Amino acid sequence: MASPLLQMKSITKRFQGVTALRAVDFEVFPAEVVALIGENGAGKSTLMKILGGVHQQDEGALNLDGKAVRFHSVSESITRGIGFIHQELNLLDNLDVAGNVFLGREPVWGGPLRLLDHGKMQRETDVHLQRLGLQISSRTYLATLSLAHQQMIEIAKALSLHARILIMDEPTSSLTLTETARLLEVVRQLRSEGVSIIYVSHRLSEISEVADRVVVLRDGANAGALTKAEITRERMVKMMIGRDLDDFYVHPDSAPRPGYFEVKGLRTARFPGREISFSVGQGEILGLAGLVGAGRTEVAQAICGIERPMGGAMVLDQKPVQIQSPRDAVAQGIYLVPDDRRRCGLVIDMSVCENMTLPALRRYATRGIISRRAERKAAEDGVQKLNVKTHSVDMRVGNLSGGNQQKVILAKWLALNPKVLILDEPTRGIDVGAKAEIYELLRALAREGVAIIAISSDMEEVLGISDRVAVMHEGSLTGILERQQLNEEAIMRLAVN
Amino acid sequence: MRKELGIFVLLVLLCVVVAAINPRFLVAGNLQNISRLVGLFGILSIGAGLVIITGGIDLSVGSIMALVGILLSIFLTQKKWPAALAVLAVVGIAAALGWIHGLLVTRLQIQPFIVTLCGLLFYRGLARFIANDATQGFGGGEGFVWLRDLASGALFHIPTPFLFLILIGIVMWVVLQRSVYGRYLFAVGRNEEAARYSGITTRKIVSSAYVLSGLLAGITGVLMAFYTNSISPSSHGNFYELYAIAAAVLGGCSLRGGEGTIIGIVIGTALLQVLQNLVNLLGIPSSLNFAVMGTVILIGVVADELVRRRSARKRVA
Repeated sequence: MASPLLQMKSITKRFQGVTALRAVDFEVFPAEVVALIGENGAGKSTLMKILGGVHQQDEGALNLDGKAVRFHSVSESITRGIGFIHQELNLLDNLDVAGNVFLGREPVWGGPLRLLDHGKMQRETDVHLQRLGLQISSRTYLATLSLAHQQMIEIAKALSLHARILIMDEPTSSLTLTETARLLEVVRQLRSEGVSIIYVSHRLSEISEVADRVVVLRDGANAGALTKAEITRERMVKMMIGRDLDDFYVHPDSAPRPGYFEVKGLRTARFPGREISFSVGQGEILGLAGLVGAGRTEVAQAICGIERPMGGAMVLDQKPVQIQSPRDAVAQGIYLVPDDRRRCGLVIDMSVCENMTLPALRRYATRGIISRRAERKAAEDGVQKLNVKTHSVDMRVGNLSGGNQQKVILAKWLALNPKVLILDEPTRGIDVGAKAEIYELLRALAREGVAIIAISSDMEEVLGISDRVAVMHEGSLTGILERQQLNEEAIMRLAVN
Repeated sequence: MRKELGIFVLLVLLCVVVAAINPRFLVAGNLQNISRLVGLFGILSIGAGLVIITGGIDLSVGSIMALVGILLSIFLTQKKWPAALAVLAVVGIAAALGWIHGLLVTRLQIQPFIVTLCGLLFYRGLARFIANDATQGFGGGEGFVWLRDLASGALFHIPTPFLFLILIGIVMWVVLQRSVYGRYLFAVGRNEEAARYSGITTRKIVSSAYVLSGLLAGITGVLMAFYTNSISPSSHGNFYELYAIAAAVLGGCSLRGGEGTIIGIVIGTALLQVLQNLVNLLGIPSSLNFAVMGTVILIGVVADELVRRRSARKRVA
């Protein structure tokens, strides 16, 4: 094998006495895709941030092309050919593609006037867009592009900076299946052009598909590595959590009571011409599959009164329900766990306790005055019941990991005894351990008689957790598959119709 | 809590310095005068603070006070209304104006700055028109002496506006820090979307903050009218909305919303009033009044930001 392009040797990093990385070794060879996996908090981000110049290691060495280097800043890392595609894209909506690609290093003309050389920016941007096979003009405004395309623009930007090593942090977390396939294609193409890629992801199926090698971190240390031939789901999971996950998905053990919650002829504001009808049984988990943009989130929002539906009716436990606002939905016991945790699910700057009790606050108050003791007790119960990892209920919820944030959202609804629980991408960006806990919890809730609708773009998840699966395509419901009919192909066929 | 403590220490230091340089600061009359002004502006600032906590701003309160003063004088001296009815009417009008602001902000989604800026202009114009641009007064106070005493008198040498502030402050403290409504106010200010998803009727919460701001401006307007005893429609209450906002910000309210305490707002108000007093007592040219105030507010906010950054860095590093 060729000598490594990059060697990180015995990297140790401490934050305020807490060791985030303990003597971690990591290598990247020329033109390879190396997947970096591990649970949240395993140290993946910290390791990548050291490589990206965001943090500096306390101990250990970095070798690039056999020469010792140390990045004191992000720009040093970039000049040495390292491109970092963050999970949260760093693009400006109000600029065009070329403006974004050249942000901060715009070519100028006109001497002291320093006028923007739009022509040069556009020409050079177009070269990179073509290289990625994108049919987008460099003059398109970012706001008009899909998330997937925006991500490609980030890649184009890194390439225009002559990146030799591309770090991709959860690149597919908000992409559809087809977009994901397209991205993986680009990854392969870049590899064939000699670019090395560090692929950080929770999606193990993608990793099996694209990675040449897998490096696993656990609790801030190396937990092992797998060569191309050794990559299997089971081995990756086992290395990440340090034990076997004997039963990752929990299957039903009792028959649901059908027709508990019915949606009839629901028309959403986005697809007013399409009528959606389906029903969920008490104790049933209905998966809602489809490509991103198929209108699944809109259905969830219409049911929960976030966006007022254009028409349709709902029946809960044989009684018709009218829902005009989220408040009505909450009053009926129909709760939504939204896909955007930070924007819609949580008040991120408030504490765990304040978030958990927000919708049920009146229960812990007499004549409008909150009893702090009752409130705290409720929150502590929630933390315990859902195994939320937090120092105290007073901790700012934004400081928790994604999985624990999701548990806080679930706890806030569980305290209100849900009848219908709708989850939109419930495990997006959540690590394996917490995922398993959430699956178990959903099954337990179903067993207690909750009707659950789970929207997911993760095929494995849809197949794993659902009793039945409804599939949507461009605003219409294209089919409902029973348990025995469930397989990836059947779902895909309905999703692309 | 640390934020309030910091600004409280600043207030005490300032008082000590002023008292050391000019002992007249501690004369009963001066302290009474300061506490009266703190009372008046404190009530107004609490209203401003509530709106700021929801992430909005209320620029209209100074003009509302002018309108309230003019109307009160007309109701009492020209229309000869019973004092209680007149007060109820003007305070009710002020609250109703706040309600309209709230509706425009929440239903039509117009930016609070614009809505209340229009209010600032409109009510000032209305007050001047109603009064024919003539200064209004209360004459000898025939028939409403009790109201005048209540608004501008003193109890055990403590000016009544200050007592009103304490009363309203305690009530609002309970509301903000201990009640469900208060928690909703903060939640809406921090993240309106997440609050809505949690089943909170965010429109009503936001609107109510403007109603409270209008209501408190109305109460301040009544007290202030009897304090000045004459209301010049073009200048009465000028810039007061800015004093109120300044006090709230100095007291720890963030214009981003979701942050602030009643105690902080009251201390912020006191700090501004002591500053004004300092300018008078230390013989600083009164033309420098605004400059001093601006400087101190800027120092306060910059210091707060620096402290925040340092503690944030400590957390991350």
